[in-house]
Amino acid sequence: MRYRQSNVRSYIAYFFLQIKQGLQYRTAAIAGAITQFCWGFMLLFIFQAFYQSNIQTQPISYTQVVQIIWLQQAFLAFFVLWFRDNDIFTMILTGSIAYELCRPIHLYSFWFVKLISARLSSASLRCMPILLVAAFLPAPYSLKLPPTMEHFLYFFLTLFLGLVLLVTISMFVYISTFYTYSAVGSMLLFAVFGEFFAGLIIPVPLMPLWLQKIVYALPFRYTCDVPFRIYAGHIGIPEAIVSIFIQLGWILLLVVLGRLLLQKSLQRVVVHGG
Amino acid sequence: MIEVLHLRKQFKVYERKESLRDSISSFFFPKWKWVHALEDVSFHINPGEIIGYIGPNGAGKSTTLKIMSGILLPTSGTCKVMGMIPWKNRIEYVRQIGVVFGQRSQLWWDVPVLDSFLLLKEIYRVEEGRYKKSLAMLVDILQLQDLLSKPVRQLSLGQRIKCEIAASLLHQPSILFLDEPTIGLDAVAKIAIRKFIQRINHENKVTVILTTHDMHDIEALTNRVILIGKGRTLFDGNVSLLKENYTTDQSIEEIIAQVYTEYEI
Repeated sequence: MRYRQSNVRSYIAYFFLQIKQGLQYRTAAIAGAITQFCWGFMLLFIFQAFYQSNIQTQPISYTQVVQIIWLQQAFLAFFVLWFRDNDIFTMILTGSIAYELCRPIHLYSFWFVKLISARLSSASLRCMPILLVAAFLPAPYSLKLPPTMEHFLYFFLTLFLGLVLLVTISMFVYISTFYTYSAVGSMLLFAVFGEFFAGLIIPVPLMPLWLQKIVYALPFRYTCDVPFRIYAGHIGIPEAIVSIFIQLGWILLLVVLGRLLLQKSLQRVVVHGG
Repeated sequence: MIEVLHLRKQFKVYERKESLRDSISSFFFPKWKWVHALEDVSFHINPGEIIGYIGPNGAGKSTTLKIMSGILLPTSGTCKVMGMIPWKNRIEYVRQIGVVFGQRSQLWWDVPVLDSFLLLKEIYRVEEGRYKKSLAMLVDILQLQDLLSKPVRQLSLGQRIKCEIAASLLHQPSILFLDEPTIGLDAVAKIAIRKFIQRINHENKVTVILTTHDMHDIEALTNRVILIGKGRTLFDGNVSLLKENYTTDQSIEEIIAQVYTEYEI
């Protein structure tokens, strides 16, 4: 009943408006792509030094790490938690949220659409140049195709679900602003922990086993570690299928929790600034 | 149409101290106090009225408006608008009202005004035919022809407020809440807005509640004012009643200032 009141068309219209807005930031995208490219190279060399100085075989091959690094750079906007939407923060902190509340929309869904479209438009501007250049690099550094077509398919599926999952996680950062009155603290906390547990600092297969167990119990790795390792061929199809179900489970849980928490925050909402 | 009874709203406000020692102690033992934005506000508004909701800064005008538009929950008291309680069934309720906060913007900053309008059309599920009619009417009266294709950030304040008001009326609400719609506007823009408010009240029978500090707004638009101060209703009635007790050569501005001092608000 509650869903019928807010029609899907308004969310779609909002999605396209946001995409249109997001695609305006071309210069930022070019700068971002170049930064990611340099950052990617730096990581490649660091890991090369690591692999060359170690005689024992590592649980993941250098070529596979290279795949993960390039995909991370290309789809950065899909999974970094510090990629933030200042509109929502200012809305809460300056009281413009008043306008959002006097519209016939569900705030959670509306913000969800806003956040997902911002990440989509940002990634779509950045990923192509990075992927293209990375594909034409000389041998050990180049981006290859995944081992099979099936891997490719599961990569796309888990990548998309990973994006949805990340947005549900990031929603908690925005909701926390109702309580903390500052975006910096929770942003930092989420970003540091989230990125570590997503395997963005050390790839998950290179972590000690006990740490891997913790990582597997948290939602963060399901945003980017899973799809990229499927692409690199490090995760097989059976595990990919299991991961999809875990992704769906996390999404469901976090959406329900997020909606409840937002509902609660709105009851005590203070509209700042008169 | 609008029934407000013994409305009360209090906020928790944290106290911050200046010295380092105090700020450390307040980190562990935060001190706060209740601030009473509204103590006891009651009034009744009939369909088709224009109400001037006035009072000094901090009297609780915006808070009342936010409760009536379903944004804030009151601490106690009742408020019924068109038979509905605003903060319950918020979504169903806000479909039927229009709100303008003069100091904030509801339009999307980086895209042309028309894009914002189209999105609002989808949000409020306004049918194509009705939308075109209502847009044509608004464009005509508010003279928006040249503004529609401009991004909001390029508009002047007066132009933006016109677009804000148009945006809040696209779905043809029967009640319009205006929170300081003429703040910061020049004389021409003010007069245009006033004329517009009169016209939609007359022709479309829209009930209008506006807060303002500009007493010319009141003189031009309405006979009935509700005066609040320190969170209480102090006066509700005809402006001329307020004037009667004072010498006639005083401007309405001076009269209101005197009223404020007399009520010690």
